[in-house]
Amino acid sequence: MAKRITAEGVGARYGSLQAIEGVTLTIEPKSVTALIGPSGCGKSTFLRTLNRMHEVIPGATVTGKVLLDNEDLYGEGVDAVAVRRTIGMVFQRPNPFPTMSIFDNVAAGLRLNGVKNKQLVEEAVERSLRGANLWNEVKDRLGKPGAGMSGGQQQRLCIARAIAVEPQVLLMDEPCSALDPISTLAIEDLMSELKDRYTIVIVTHNMQQAARVSDSTGFFTIDGPGQPGRLVEIDATEKIFSNPTEKRTEDYITGRFG
Amino acid sequence: MSAPTIEAVQPALSTGGERLTRPFRLGILTGTVLVSLLLFAVTSLQGRADFLVFLVIAYAIVQTVVSFALEGRRYAADRLLSLGVHLSLLAALVPLVAVLGYTVIKGVNKLDVSFLTHNLTGIGPLDTNGGEYHAIVGTLEMVFMAIVIAVPLGLLVAVYITEYGRGWLAGSVRFVIDVMTGIPSIVAGLFVFAFLVIGLKQGYSGFAAALSLTILMLPVVVRSSEEMIKLVPAELREASYALGIPKWKTIVRIVLPAASAGITTGVMIAIARVTGETAPLLLTAFVTPSTNTNPFQGKQTAIPTFIFDQAGQGQQITYDRAWAAALTLIIIVLALYVGARLLTRRNSLARR
Repeated sequence: MAKRITAEGVGARYGSLQAIEGVTLTIEPKSVTALIGPSGCGKSTFLRTLNRMHEVIPGATVTGKVLLDNEDLYGEGVDAVAVRRTIGMVFQRPNPFPTMSIFDNVAAGLRLNGVKNKQLVEEAVERSLRGANLWNEVKDRLGKPGAGMSGGQQQRLCIARAIAVEPQVLLMDEPCSALDPISTLAIEDLMSELKDRYTIVIVTHNMQQAARVSDSTGFFTIDGPGQPGRLVEIDATEKIFSNPTEKRTEDYITGRFG
Repeated sequence: MSAPTIEAVQPALSTGGERLTRPFRLGILTGTVLVSLLLFAVTSLQGRADFLVFLVIAYAIVQTVVSFALEGRRYAADRLLSLGVHLSLLAALVPLVAVLGYTVIKGVNKLDVSFLTHNLTGIGPLDTNGGEYHAIVGTLEMVFMAIVIAVPLGLLVAVYITEYGRGWLAGSVRFVIDVMTGIPSIVAGLFVFAFLVIGLKQGYSGFAAALSLTILMLPVVVRSSEEMIKLVPAELREASYALGIPKWKTIVRIVLPAASAGITTGVMIAIARVTGETAPLLLTAFVTPSTNTNPFQGKQTAIPTFIFDQAGQGQQITYDRAWAAALTLIIIVLALYVGARLLTRRNSLARR
């Protein structure tokens, strides 16, 4: 049920600061798309425009179009809350709800969206925890607080929480940057499993990670401080890392800047 | 002469000299006490309080001088400062313990079951029975009503300021709340007196008193809740939004539970504060010797106004009643504090 995302001339502002400008790209369903680039180039901002999380920040606005298959997410009458229900998100730092148990964390998205049926919730929690490769580790302590787990487990709990509501697309904003190498490997393995069912977009600082997990890669950059971030190019990952079209991409991935 | 180097100011690892050990310091103390006693005996110095002040100053000077001579400047300064810190702690504890202890000693004689279960109807100036039952009823009813009004209202205002308020309106609400924090309690009482008691001709009532307590409670609840809600990390809200959970549900189910421990403490402090208010109650509920369980009509006594009334009558038995009532009030407020601490601790344990 994964869907295709098409961005057409997307720009985003924080008040008077233009963070990104003129981003046009297509993200294929059932694939992993990585967005790379130097710090402050707007890749996270762009990611947040895809599920209308950008506008949560006071004064933040978005221009242009984002199409989910053929529906404009910023069209008239489109509900931002419904968009976020369809497009899930995992954040840089694991952020399980501190007052809830492991079970309640995964069930939160369903319960707070009005799913009352106990059996349905229980099945979804087990399915999501299995999907996030966490079930075997936590099945005996589902009632314990989610905040008591290791960082890697917490992040997989957050992924389980995100997929429990069965989104069409999963956005990941540097999901491994706060994790150790072993936990990172677990999350990367999980991504390649999840892409059979979801469209995945991942923002990462780690170029090796982009090369390992993604099918296509987009490169963002900025010309200087105060300038808006732009998409330089997006292509198959193999091509970006071996023979990119743009000189600037080559400079970045070979470590000449950024 | 060469220029000073960094090595020159680095201390030697061992100063080699003597240390002001505990027996040494006790020796200094004994010496100072003896010298002070001698001075108070032979010179015109006198008085216990003067002796204490003299002793503390003398000890501080002697210890600093001896420490400076034996251990050097840094140790002397360290000992002087730590002496100051400990004396300050003592100075802060003395009135606290004294108030508590004095109230217990003075109040415990009269505080019995009869005192807790009787009111003052038909009690003449020379009668030694009678009690504060009506005042306990009054305090519980007034404070309960104030809680019921001020806590939900204050919580909602705090949610407005932190989660919804933008621009000048939120700013002015916060400003007004800040100003309200500084309202003297008698002014809150006067307002309700002018507006409700005589303005709308409602007369004295426990409800009027509860309203004046609400005015005093509201800003405390708002400010403390606001601070606690602000402490909830933005990532939690974002995590909730990203699941497609609407904003109001995010606030009710994610943000407020995460801030609940701190909010509880703030609310408890506000309650404890208004429980002891006297001035506004005199203007809004007045004092009566009889038990009035209906808070919406007629005069009602609360424990603070009971104390005020009895202490002002100038007889040994009324003084005893006032002390016993003061002890009751302290016990009630203390119970609230302990309750708040226990609640907070349970919540923070549950988080781990």
